[in-house]
Amino acid sequence: MQIPFTVAPRPDTGVNNAKIGVWLFLASEVMLFGGLFSAYIFLRIGAPEWPGEIGGHMYERASDILNVPLATLNTIILIGSSVTMVMSWASLAMKRFDRYRLYMGATIALGFAFLIVKAFEYGEKFSHGYLPAENNFLAIYFVLTGLHGLHVIGGIIVNMYFMWPGARMWKTDPKRFTNRIEIAGLYWHFVDLVWIFLFPTIYLL
Amino acid sequence: MSEHSVEEIKKHVRVYMLVFGSLAVLTAVTVVVGYLELPFVPALIVALLIATVKAGLVAAYFMHLVSEEQVIRSLVWLSLGLLLVMFLLFSVYYVDQIGLMIFGF
Repeated sequence: MQIPFTVAPRPDTGVNNAKIGVWLFLASEVMLFGGLFSAYIFLRIGAPEWPGEIGGHMYERASDILNVPLATLNTIILIGSSVTMVMSWASLAMKRFDRYRLYMGATIALGFAFLIVKAFEYGEKFSHGYLPAENNFLAIYFVLTGLHGLHVIGGIIVNMYFMWPGARMWKTDPKRFTNRIEIAGLYWHFVDLVWIFLFPTIYLL
Repeated sequence: MSEHSVEEIKKHVRVYMLVFGSLAVLTAVTVVVGYLELPFVPALIVALLIATVKAGLVAAYFMHLVSEEQVIRSLVWLSLGLLLVMFLLFSVYYVDQIGLMIFGF
């Protein structure tokens, strides 16, 4: 049996099923991250000092303990990867598979670059003994950025599938493959969106 | 997003580059404002305002919401509405607890 409406839009919704499925998933992700953002807000409201005492030192601003230049670099990396992702879809829409490979490769590389920078950041914290159990600020910092990092890893896995084994579909069903890249892109852009809010709220305020 | 001609896609690509430029500039503005060490409330307003504009640009252009079908846009508004309800419920609970602590009822 063939899965219906993978390419053609469903008459009642006007979009194909894969796209509405991914948007429903993203709606659930909004609640997941929204719940954790709420946790952040209420931990912060309830705290007499923020970030507060860590390792015997009193910190008054998050930027005193977190590495803002590295996080800024990661913001640029992630925004850049969103552009290369959307360009990989645009390349397929223009029937340029060679360019698709180039842009998808760049998206994957930028995803890894983000994780490497994040690993440096985490390593710096761990080397000072700044672990989630140390205080509420570090706990919510590691939970939010850690969950976001897991999403980046998930996105890289999906993108790598479409870069190599999944790309075979381009020869058999190019329209469906183009749709797949568009909806994989929706997820990737959502991960970028979450970071756009994480960066100022956690690092700068 | 439905099918487009090569010419249309080329127009989109120009828009993507403009959006990329705007996002980079807004990121720089966010960081500069962060280093100004403004009082908390103005800093919060500026940071959230810039983040919302950036998120709006990503959602509208990279996620194609600007030209997407109504059903998808409704879904996005619904999820944002539910997010607001969740924030409000937590806030009501928090205020209730503070009331308990301050007034004892």
